[in-house]
Amino acid sequence: MAIQQKRPRILQKTLSYFVLTLFSGIALFPIWQVVNISLRPGDKLLPTELELIPTNASLNNFIRLFTQTDFLTWIGNSLLVSLTVTITGVVLASTAGYGFSRFQFPGKRIGLLSLLTTQMFPATMLLLPMYIMLIKLGLINTYLGAIIVYSATALPFCIWTMKGFYDTIPPSLEEAARIDGCSHFAAFYRIILPLAAPALVITALFSFMTAWSEYIVAVQILQDSELWTLPLGLKSFEASMSTEWGLYGAASIIVMIPVVILFLALSRWLVSGLTLGSVKG
Amino acid sequence: MASRKSFIAFLVAPAFLILFAVVFYPFIYNIVLSFSNMNLYRIYDWSIIGIKQYTRIFTEPSQPSFYLIFWKTFVWTFVNVFFHVVIGVALALILNQNLKGRSVFRTLLILPWAIPQFIVALTWRGMFNYEYGAINLMITKYFNLPAIEWLKDPVNAFVACIITNVWLGFPFMMVIALGALQSIPHELYEAAEIDGARWHHKLRAITLPLIRPVMIPAITLGMIWTFNNLNIVWLVSNAGEPSDLTHILVSYVYKSAFNYYSFSYAAALSMIIFAILLTMSLTFMKSSRATEAAY
Repeated sequence: MAIQQKRPRILQKTLSYFVLTLFSGIALFPIWQVVNISLRPGDKLLPTELELIPTNASLNNFIRLFTQTDFLTWIGNSLLVSLTVTITGVVLASTAGYGFSRFQFPGKRIGLLSLLTTQMFPATMLLLPMYIMLIKLGLINTYLGAIIVYSATALPFCIWTMKGFYDTIPPSLEEAARIDGCSHFAAFYRIILPLAAPALVITALFSFMTAWSEYIVAVQILQDSELWTLPLGLKSFEASMSTEWGLYGAASIIVMIPVVILFLALSRWLVSGLTLGSVKG
Repeated sequence: MASRKSFIAFLVAPAFLILFAVVFYPFIYNIVLSFSNMNLYRIYDWSIIGIKQYTRIFTEPSQPSFYLIFWKTFVWTFVNVFFHVVIGVALALILNQNLKGRSVFRTLLILPWAIPQFIVALTWRGMFNYEYGAINLMITKYFNLPAIEWLKDPVNAFVACIITNVWLGFPFMMVIALGALQSIPHELYEAAEIDGARWHHKLRAITLPLIRPVMIPAITLGMIWTFNNLNIVWLVSNAGEPSDLTHILVSYVYKSAFNYYSFSYAAALSMIIFAILLTMSLTFMKSSRATEAAY
């Protein structure tokens, strides 16, 4: 019996490793391409061979990126916009989510339903009216314009995630704190908020990524090149007459690395947050 | 009691005010726009003209026609989500075994999800380049097939967008499915083995029914995301090239609004897309009876 089972096991394992390796290869292929492009020397930007590492690999593109382009300005702009959106998202979602989770008040049901419905809005449905509003308010070509649109996009998901997480924390914790003489606010701030740390991290990451990797909205609002965020800058390498693939590759790697590391480190929480949100509603 | 009320107000009011300003108000404004004649040149001087924009969408012969884009959007959504789910669940089943190095594979396989979408799209666009792109180099060098004109032919450009989006979307389904698989009690499989069940019996009778409650909301979410995914189509096909034949609904609306400045026409199209999405998600959730869990 044991011997009979052994052969299919080995076959199954080999097959499993084969499929996993194949798909890992597919997953890595474009990333390897970006690395490859970024290391190409200036005279060999357009390859006709597939090489693992290009011959005469050099870091020249990275040096050019920092010395000859506005890359540092774009990083500064992106950080400014993304961090403001993150702070707005975390502050508003952590408080509003708590309200939705713990209290009954008029408009609660409608509020929750509309948060869900926003997820079904096509991007243009809010973008176009907001764009016209921003024109009228004179906020086109300002950081504030972009920050408003990004916060609006990220907030519903963030509130929903926070509410879902607070729902899993037993209310008896605040009740105990209240009996000990804490105010409502102190019970929330000192007891509940620290416990909700994982959800806060997801909210922060999600808000940050919304702004950090966004192209479609940015291209309409941030038109002056001094205001460009990273996606607009990178796209300009690709769109220029003689596509600057080397610069594009180098810039992509620098933009990608922090996001990928953050994402992988937090992926477990991110997933539990997503499933929590979606399973519950 | 008064302190309790002011506390609730303190918690919820700021978020509500902001949501009102940036979600409800634009939503209403969008409805008004869709019945008006506004465009870039009439921002301050527009009027309500009734349902003309809606009738234009359905009757006016345009290039490309609304019905073609509509049909393409459904192909786009279903092909993408189908591959996301099939690849995702298959990889999750493999990863759920007791294999050495599974956490390494898991990390590698999540990567497509972790990379910012605009980088994914621009990189794949480069890889689809006719002369220098990695895809054609591979096709010609290793498979000895003729190179494919990926980005200049409407059908191939659409396929290129789908390939890109399948690549970036399967990790989400994989991770969700893996989470669901890990919560299935092992005794069920042992009991089935005692009854002499083969792997496909176990798959059909235990695994699939038990991951269904988690997968249905994830698939609904995936359908909405894919249907609404502007980034990939816009950046891979470079705004619908060739000659606006590579659009799905959202990218077409975006182009009408921001390249052709027909604001009210775009607003009417947005309303139609919203109606389609809402109906689609509600029917899907209802038919799979997952709404019982809803809030």
